[in-house]
Amino acid sequence: MSTAAEVTLVDFDDVLASYDPAMGLEVHVELNTVTKMFCGCPTEFGAEPNTQVCPTCLGLPGAMPVVNAKAVESAIRIGLALNCEIAEWCRFARKNYFYPDMPKNFQTSQYDEPIAFEGFMDVDIPLEGGGTETFRVEIERAHMEEDTGKSLHVGGATGRIHGADHSLVDYNRAGIPLIEIVTKPIMGSREKAPAIAKAYVAQLRELIVALGVSDARMDQGSIRADVNLSLAPKDQGGLGTRSETKNVNSLRSVERAVRYEMQRHAGILDAGGSILQETRHWHEDTGITTSGREKSDAEDYRYFPEPDLVPVAPSREWVEELRATMPENPTVKKARLQAEWGFTDLEMRDTVGAGAFGLVEETIAAGATPQSARKWWLSDMARRANESGTDIADLGVSPAQVAEVQALVDAKTINDKLARQVFDGLIAGEGTPEEIIAARGLAVVSDDGALGAAVDVAIAANPDVADKIRDGKVAAAGALIGAVMKEMKGQADAARVRELILERLA
Amino acid sequence: MSDLIKQTAAQMAAALADGTTTSVELTQAHLDRIAAVDGAIHAYLHVDGEGALAQAAASDARRSAGTPAGDLDGIPIAVKDVLATQGLPTTCGSKILEGWIPPYDATVVAKLKAAGLPILGKTNMDEFAMGSSTEHSAYGPTHNPWDLDRIPGGSGGGSAAAVAAFEAPFALGTDTGGSIRQPGAVTGTVGVKPTYGGVSRYGLVALANSLDQVGPVTRTVLDSALLHELIGGHDPRDSTSVDAPVPGLVAAATQGADGDLSGLKVGVIKELGGEGYQAGVQQRFQESVDHLVAMGAEVVEVSCPSFVHALAAYYLILPAEASSNLAKFDAMRYGLRVFPEGVDSPSAEEVMRASRDAGFGDEVKRRIILGTYALSSGYYDAYYGQAQKVRTLISRDFEAAFGQADVLLSPTAPTTAFKLGEKLDDPIAMYLNDLATIPANLAGVPGISLPSGLADEDGLPAGVQMLAPALADDRLYRVGAALEVALTEKWGGPLLDRAPDLTGASA
Repeated sequence: MSTAAEVTLVDFDDVLASYDPAMGLEVHVELNTVTKMFCGCPTEFGAEPNTQVCPTCLGLPGAMPVVNAKAVESAIRIGLALNCEIAEWCRFARKNYFYPDMPKNFQTSQYDEPIAFEGFMDVDIPLEGGGTETFRVEIERAHMEEDTGKSLHVGGATGRIHGADHSLVDYNRAGIPLIEIVTKPIMGSREKAPAIAKAYVAQLRELIVALGVSDARMDQGSIRADVNLSLAPKDQGGLGTRSETKNVNSLRSVERAVRYEMQRHAGILDAGGSILQETRHWHEDTGITTSGREKSDAEDYRYFPEPDLVPVAPSREWVEELRATMPENPTVKKARLQAEWGFTDLEMRDTVGAGAFGLVEETIAAGATPQSARKWWLSDMARRANESGTDIADLGVSPAQVAEVQALVDAKTINDKLARQVFDGLIAGEGTPEEIIAARGLAVVSDDGALGAAVDVAIAANPDVADKIRDGKVAAAGALIGAVMKEMKGQADAARVRELILERLA
Repeated sequence: MSDLIKQTAAQMAAALADGTTTSVELTQAHLDRIAAVDGAIHAYLHVDGEGALAQAAASDARRSAGTPAGDLDGIPIAVKDVLATQGLPTTCGSKILEGWIPPYDATVVAKLKAAGLPILGKTNMDEFAMGSSTEHSAYGPTHNPWDLDRIPGGSGGGSAAAVAAFEAPFALGTDTGGSIRQPGAVTGTVGVKPTYGGVSRYGLVALANSLDQVGPVTRTVLDSALLHELIGGHDPRDSTSVDAPVPGLVAAATQGADGDLSGLKVGVIKELGGEGYQAGVQQRFQESVDHLVAMGAEVVEVSCPSFVHALAAYYLILPAEASSNLAKFDAMRYGLRVFPEGVDSPSAEEVMRASRDAGFGDEVKRRIILGTYALSSGYYDAYYGQAQKVRTLISRDFEAAFGQADVLLSPTAPTTAFKLGEKLDDPIAMYLNDLATIPANLAGVPGISLPSGLADEDGLPAGVQMLAPALADDRLYRVGAALEVALTEKWGGPLLDRAPDLTGASA
């Protein structure tokens, strides 16, 4: 295994001076169908291990698959949203290889007959100094397949297979429907390669959310990206040898992984070396990739059509019906929502530029007002993302949670300041907003008894301020409110405090 | 031998219906027969006496209450060990599944249970249904009731021998390239491979998914029709099962027994006869053709030129699918687990390798290697792809032939039962035994084998095969029943009456 110490990273600008990057992005989307791809088992995330299994998804001898029609529908809708052709007739194929978490030792997938093919997505890349530029990413195919089980390696320090005493396999995930979306080689991206990769995955995620076909949680693995990257000598065309970095599970990591691999490849090529065609692992914590298994042309999956399934032949009428359910064109949609939300052009551009458009939309859909949704995402969340070097969508706070917290503010259970502490708790994984409020004791005090006592203390401690208020200088109340809030450690309803002060000093 | 067990299933159904016997009596009689002769035959891998008697008692209770689950309620049956049976071992004749007890029933088994048929046990077979002699069973061969030194056919030799030796009234078999029909031919029994998709494969441990089909193994054509109607029909758990009603098979068999075949056109397949076919087998086949003519059928010769490539195509498609199907036997979740010798804390991969090495027999390994090779990148088009094209050509040959004839005819197997061990070291010679049965599996059409008589040179049973277009299984029953009546009359009774009395026999 190669280590960071052996790797020479070339400065990013120097990479671009000598090489042109080419990327290929493979994104796996776990569908949110109620049942699995080929059996009736539930797909709910987080159940006790091996409780959502049956003879079919366990690969027991004699069991047979049956295609989940809803998954086919979702696949077609994703294909249509990516401007793909939809196959009139296609088959599943077996991808044969041995792995302990794969029940049948073959994955039922699609090979040369994908359900959707030849599409594109126009990706908006933020420009420095505001605004965006559009880059077209061409889609080669989107195909249906089943997920594998999940191995848990016990006894090793890192949860990795090396050094583990034994391994446990949870087959709940085995057979969950996946759509794999594969781009054509993305050429001509140059210095924008990392940004395009990130924007593509981000926009794809928004699209998946809009279609409602997946939970689209990168942190739970319901969207997983593999990044293929190669470098070719500058301006000479052609494709170099690629590395495939697996399971890059946040938007920011997609960007970083592309950048890192460009720098790593250049280091090897500059030294006269050649790139090994291999799978690499991305390490979120250290921001590097390490060698996985070597993936040469010798790897042979012996694909052949799945003989236990009949071909999938979606009728043209059905495809057209599904086309009619497509979410609207993103540009039209942005204009419509800007008017609906009452955002200024600047507010709108900031929202899109911060990668928060979809998040704001979802937050509003979950019940928050447009301005409160914008406020949380563009001030508080954007700051947190910036400080922690995380993408705003990867913070660990969902739009529904933002709306929930805002509702608690509206109900005067908490105030804005306490709300920030609730977000701290959410990011730290302390539970639901309600649980965090209870555990951290965050609720505001609006009980007149306790507040009144604090107000009396503040008045007694600041007689000159009290006199001014008695003289009609109501604006001076701010100083007393500040004193009370300090006394109450911020957990007071400021409006009520003001009322109590004015009542007492009337 | 109790006269009770010599009856046909149809006769047993009548006896149960009119109360002259009970299911417990019938089941016990078969268990007694198994106890008496199975030491010599070895048709069963597992006998479930207790379970069968409990099901029989429940059946009798239903009869007494006037609520039988169907005409066959209470008639015991044997099931090939390749079909999943909840609570009963299912080994597929392989060491790698030793001790595995399925947590679910194959759809056909569920149908048997729902119809009240007590399951006597699981029958022997070539490992994972790979073979034509049952010698590739990891648990030792089955012996032919006609001559214990000979093979009972395969892969379903256990089901055929059990039925021929009156150890079961009838049985379920599976047919991938002849595994129901060829054992039927060499044991003097009747076997039917239904139209592909006519019977659910859910719970059938796949050998080659695109070829496999479950079917009846019986002593008479009518009994096959009764069992076929019971197990047939659409199953939502099997995507390849045909969503159409099962044609009236019992009615067809009853009609055929009248012996009038006027207007029927029978095609004799030119390529399935002559060189390589035993003289006595050919002779009995010609007599069957003559009988059909005597009953009013018109006989024409049809040519299916692509059939000469059938065996080659079959031995690419079958191993390809099998190599993938058998990958799941990796010691991770069920079945045999072997740790490699001399390896400290072996990896999962090392355990897989050691277990598969110890758990699979030579013929299985041979076909896994063949199939892996045929699917490999760079060879796929030349082998698997080419074989699929041959398959299309064979289907076209059938289409053309069925344009000329209602049913097609050939000997079922080229020879009578050979001696145990005779072809074990010569896989090609073994494979050639299925020459006549394989085309039907490649094209998905139905076929029946029934006894044509005893070959003069060895006094052993020979079989005649009839094939019909897909979904026209009823034709097989009509013509089969007609021929059966004519031949039985000629023999002066069922052919099996001439089989040796096995009492006191030992292998």
